[in-house]
Amino acid sequence: MDLYEYQGRELFARHGLPVLDGDVATTPDEAAAIAERLGVRAVVKAQVKVGGRGKAGGVKLAENAEELRGHAERILGMDIKGHTVHKVMVTTTAAIEEEYYFSYLLDRANRTFLCIASTAGGMEIEQVAETDPEKVVKMPIDAVKGVDSATAREIVTKAGFPADVADQVTEIAVKLWQAFVAEDATLVEVNPLAKVSGGKVLLLDAKVTLDENAGFRHPEHAEYEDKSAVDPLEQAAKAKNLNYVKLEGQVGIIGNGAGLVMSTLDVVAYAGEEFGGVRPANFLDIGGGASAQVMANGLEIVLSDPAVKSVFVNVFGGITACDAVANGIVQALALLGERGEQVTKPLVVRLDGNNAEEGRRILDSANNPLIERVDTMDGAAKRAAELAAAGK
Amino acid sequence: MAIWLTKDSKVIVQGMTGSEGSKHTRRMLAAGTNIVGGTNPRKAGTQVDFDGAKVPVFANVAEAMAETGADVSVLFVPPAGTKGAALEAIDAGIGLAVVITEGVPVHDTAEVWAHACATGNRTRIIGPNCPGIISPGQSNAGIIPADITGPGRIGLVSKSGTLTYQMMYELRDFGFSTGVGIGGDPVIGTTHIDALAAFQDDPETEAIVMIGEIGGDAEERAAEFIKANVTKPVVGYIAGFTAPPGKTMGHAGAIISGSSGTADAKKVALEAAGVRVGKTPSETARLMREVMSGR
Repeated sequence: MDLYEYQGRELFARHGLPVLDGDVATTPDEAAAIAERLGVRAVVKAQVKVGGRGKAGGVKLAENAEELRGHAERILGMDIKGHTVHKVMVTTTAAIEEEYYFSYLLDRANRTFLCIASTAGGMEIEQVAETDPEKVVKMPIDAVKGVDSATAREIVTKAGFPADVADQVTEIAVKLWQAFVAEDATLVEVNPLAKVSGGKVLLLDAKVTLDENAGFRHPEHAEYEDKSAVDPLEQAAKAKNLNYVKLEGQVGIIGNGAGLVMSTLDVVAYAGEEFGGVRPANFLDIGGGASAQVMANGLEIVLSDPAVKSVFVNVFGGITACDAVANGIVQALALLGERGEQVTKPLVVRLDGNNAEEGRRILDSANNPLIERVDTMDGAAKRAAELAAAGK
Repeated sequence: MAIWLTKDSKVIVQGMTGSEGSKHTRRMLAAGTNIVGGTNPRKAGTQVDFDGAKVPVFANVAEAMAETGADVSVLFVPPAGTKGAALEAIDAGIGLAVVITEGVPVHDTAEVWAHACATGNRTRIIGPNCPGIISPGQSNAGIIPADITGPGRIGLVSKSGTLTYQMMYELRDFGFSTGVGIGGDPVIGTTHIDALAAFQDDPETEAIVMIGEIGGDAEERAAEFIKANVTKPVVGYIAGFTAPPGKTMGHAGAIISGSSGTADAKKVALEAAGVRVGKTPSETARLMREVMSGR
């Protein structure tokens, strides 16, 4: 889960890291009130989870609260690379003297954590790594030992931080690591980490990604969930504990197991090429041991997507028994019918594995004209794409 | 023969008395796995009856190993307790720990891995968030259905559970030496490369199916390894060609970030290493059929 900059800034502040004073606002009045409270020149920044907002006009400096209100009015509601600005962050300003880069992240390939530090901050670190590779220090961090002041000192020395900021950066490196661990983050990135006039080092930006698997020990992370940015169907699916991702296509997909569902999306997209570019409408993994109720919930979400013209249910019964899946489909359609929701979209079903014979028999004897059974995954994908194209 | 798990493996189950643990212990026993015990400190000294097979419960992994000579542990422990259970298995020095649990925080997995490395890698870890390992006709440590396929001479390594089942099903007439589900988390114990190396050295394995998915660069690194070290034919499949960037597709590790982790990049790397890559699971199975029929 990626945080907004203002959330990252608050998280850093909570862990005792030096950040600029400020707050977040959703209206121009709120933004002006924050500027009023700060009582000095202030900067207003669009809160979007995409880069390049400065160039898009999403970052403005204001001499007073009135000027800031005007900026906030223009920025709120602005579209930056397809992201609508719903919030702005207002902070005090700082006269930057030097810009550095500092981050901790998960290094998948080496199965450990990595610290990246550079005295050339303020621009894309990938770019620095290309033009001045000697200016970028990468140091693996042992997940058990972590970063104590000795390790932090080593990073600071290797990266060549100037002597006048070395102590401050060392302390920040230790605290930032503590925040990284305490919050179960997979990324904390500060760009720029800056020396401002007076010599103090501040964290002027915050990019934080949190591990959703660790939610059980961070109930407070639930508030970071960005409801405004989430598709309404994804929200409804989440409320029903379904693993659903909305995509831009016409064939609704339901399957069991993440890999098989991903594969189903591919197979449908390939098959769709023959039928005018029909594509999968969603990812939905109903998981192992799916009950009739789970199937009903899944079908309800997928069928409520107006873009969906046909549905492909692709199940390989491992732990899941296909007869249960088949019963689930039949009951789900009955359930939706009872609720007065007229189901008119055709379902193509492919069942293999555990109790597949019985599952197929159940579907056949249900004698529902909307259900079509196809024996192979490729064949079923083709049929679902064909039906979606016909229903367009 | 097979890799890592054979008929001689003595298996214990951490979390055997829980609902998932007991359900799958019963299934593993039915598949012929030699299950010699389970662990639960609060129920140590008792026995659990699985349809007539009485399995003793020990306080911890070290005690279970001392009493039974166990060399494999399967973990069905909830996410909050997985780190502790895995560290316990490592400290006891068991040869293989298969972590089935889904939803383990990545900081916990990284810590377990760092600890395993620091203590000399005595324990091979498979998972977390994986279906486990099966050597058909010999032993089954995990949740892979044992009745899909019988023993044979194809080795399989996969990030995905259900795609493992699908592939075993498509190639059931040939059978498999061992199937390993390594899991789809960002940090895992056993990698594609580890399995490829073991299959290359296993005289009973003639050809290898490798199933990957979007996210990370494990498949690219596996391709490099194949080029340099694997002489047996390898057929590959990658899931997620049409997945959009920035969306996590079910598995925590299955996400395209920027230009890294795409299925296309993985396919290109594998093909450059001489691996034939199928467009769909069925096409992949057909490629493997061609390989095996020519032998």
